[in-house]
Amino acid sequence: MAISVVALLGVSCGSDDAPPVGDATLTVFAAASLTAAFTELGDAFTAENPDAEITFNFAGSSDLVAQITEGAPVDVFASADLANMAELIDAGLAADDPAVFATNLAEIIVETGNPTGITVVADLADGDLVVVQCAPEVPCSSYAEQIFANAGVEVTPASFEENVKAVVTKVVLGEADAGIVYRTDVIAAGADADGVTIGDDLNVVAEYPIVSIADGSNPAGARAFIEFVLSPAGREILAAFGFGSP
Amino acid sequence: MPVPALALAIVAVAFFALPLVGLIWRAPWSNAWTYLTADTALVALRLSMVTSLCATALSIVFGVPLAWLLARVDFPGRGAVRALCLLSMVLPPVVGGVALFFALGRRGLVGQYLDQWFGITLPFTTAGVVVAQTFVAMPFLVITVEAALRQLDPRLEDASRTLGASRWYTFRRVTLPAIRPALTAGAVLAWARALGEFGATITFAGNFPGTTQTMPLAVYLSLETNPEEAIVLALLMIAISFTVLVGLRDRWFGAVGRPVQVAA
Repeated sequence: MAISVVALLGVSCGSDDAPPVGDATLTVFAAASLTAAFTELGDAFTAENPDAEITFNFAGSSDLVAQITEGAPVDVFASADLANMAELIDAGLAADDPAVFATNLAEIIVETGNPTGITVVADLADGDLVVVQCAPEVPCSSYAEQIFANAGVEVTPASFEENVKAVVTKVVLGEADAGIVYRTDVIAAGADADGVTIGDDLNVVAEYPIVSIADGSNPAGARAFIEFVLSPAGREILAAFGFGSP
Repeated sequence: MPVPALALAIVAVAFFALPLVGLIWRAPWSNAWTYLTADTALVALRLSMVTSLCATALSIVFGVPLAWLLARVDFPGRGAVRALCLLSMVLPPVVGGVALFFALGRRGLVGQYLDQWFGITLPFTTAGVVVAQTFVAMPFLVITVEAALRQLDPRLEDASRTLGASRWYTFRRVTLPAIRPALTAGAVLAWARALGEFGATITFAGNFPGTTQTMPLAVYLSLETNPEEAIVLALLMIAISFTVLVGLRDRWFGAVGRPVQVAA
C-alpha cells in the first residue's frame, strides 16, 4: 500500500498545473475486480488521446478509500460498491456526483474441475471445505455476507483476504477450495479456475460507481476518462470482460 | 564532533523520531483504552506473542547448529549454503510467503505429501504463522551467532578438550557462555523480526482473528475500517519493541563480535 502511494507521488509529481487532457498524467484508483477491464479501457483511451498518460492503482475499494482520505494524489476513483463510494463522498473528497458505470454478479470460484463438487451456496457451510472470503470492509465481503444471509447458511472462512484477487489466487493455487468472487473474476481466471453460478434468488447485483476526485491534478482528464468509461465504446469493453450495464 | 557530521546525525534522529511523533500526535487518547482492551487487540497481541516466541525458540534450536556449521566446518560450497540460508533476510517478505506456498502449501513440493500422508496443512493455521515467521527471522540469529563463533578463540575450547571435557560439556560450559551476548542479541533480533512479520504471514498463513491474525495484520486491516484503532495498536507494538530494545541496552550490541582474549 505504502509503496504504491510513493510510486504514484513520484509519477504525479511530474505534472505542474492542470493542462488539457492532451498531455497529462491521469491517476485512477480502481477496485481490484476492475484490473483487466480498466487496463484495457486505459489502452483504448490513450489510443484515442495519444498524449494522455494513465496510471492505475488496483486494490480493495476500502483500501483505496483509506489511501485517498490520507491524501494520496488521485483524479478518478471507481469503487466496487456504493458503500465505499458513500464514505468518500461523506469525507467531502468527491468533485461531483458519482455515476454507476457497470454492474457485476457474484459467483463461487472453485478449482478447475470442481473437485469438491460444490453446486450451491449451502455447500460452502461444510466444515471440511477451506473457504476464503474478502476482509470485512472490502465490497466482495459484504456481498458474500448478503448471499449467505439470503441462503440462510453460516460460513466460517479460513482467512479474510485483502481484496478479491487474493481470494482468486488462493483458489487458483489450490490452497483454498472455494470463495465468493465476481463473475468477471471467474472469467478472468480462464482455465485456472471454474465458477459455480449462484441462483438469482440468492445473488446480489454489485453496482460500480465512478467519480472524479476534488483537488485532483487533472480534472479535465478525469472528466474525459469518466465520459469514455460511460460511452458505448467503454460499455463494450466492460461487457467483453463480463460486466453488466447499469 | 564536527558540526556538519552532527547536523547529519541530528537529521537522522529526527527522521526516526518523526513517524513516532506523528503517531502520538494523531492518537485518539480518549478512546485508546477502549481499543487496547477490545477483543481484536488482545487476541492479536496474544497470538503475536505466542507465535513470535515459538519462532524464536525454533530459530535458536536450528539456528545455533547452522551457525556452528557455517563457522567451524569447512566444506565445499559453504559460501553458497550461507547465502542460501541468509537469503530470506534480503528477500521481500511477500516473495518469501509465495515461495513457502509452493514448498509447503497444499499443492506444494513437500506440502502435498504432508497433506496426503499426514493430513497436515500449514496455510491458514497458527503453525503456518510460526513457519513464516521462522523463515524470515532465523537468519538474523544465524548471522549474529556465526560472527561470534568465528571470533571466538578456538584455543579456549581446545584447552577444555585437552583437560578431558566432552564435546557437549565444552559447548555448554565454554562456548555458550562466551557467545551468550551474541546469542541473546541474535535471539532478540529474531524475535523482533518475527513479531513484525507481515508479508509472508498474510500470504502464506492467511488472516483470521485468533488463528492467524497477528498484530501487524490487525493494524493493516483496521487501517481501512478504523484508522484510530490502527494508530493505537501500532503504538502498542512500538511500545513493546521500544521497551525490549531499551532493556537490551548497549552491552548486548557492544558485546557482539568482541573477541574473547586468552590469557597467555
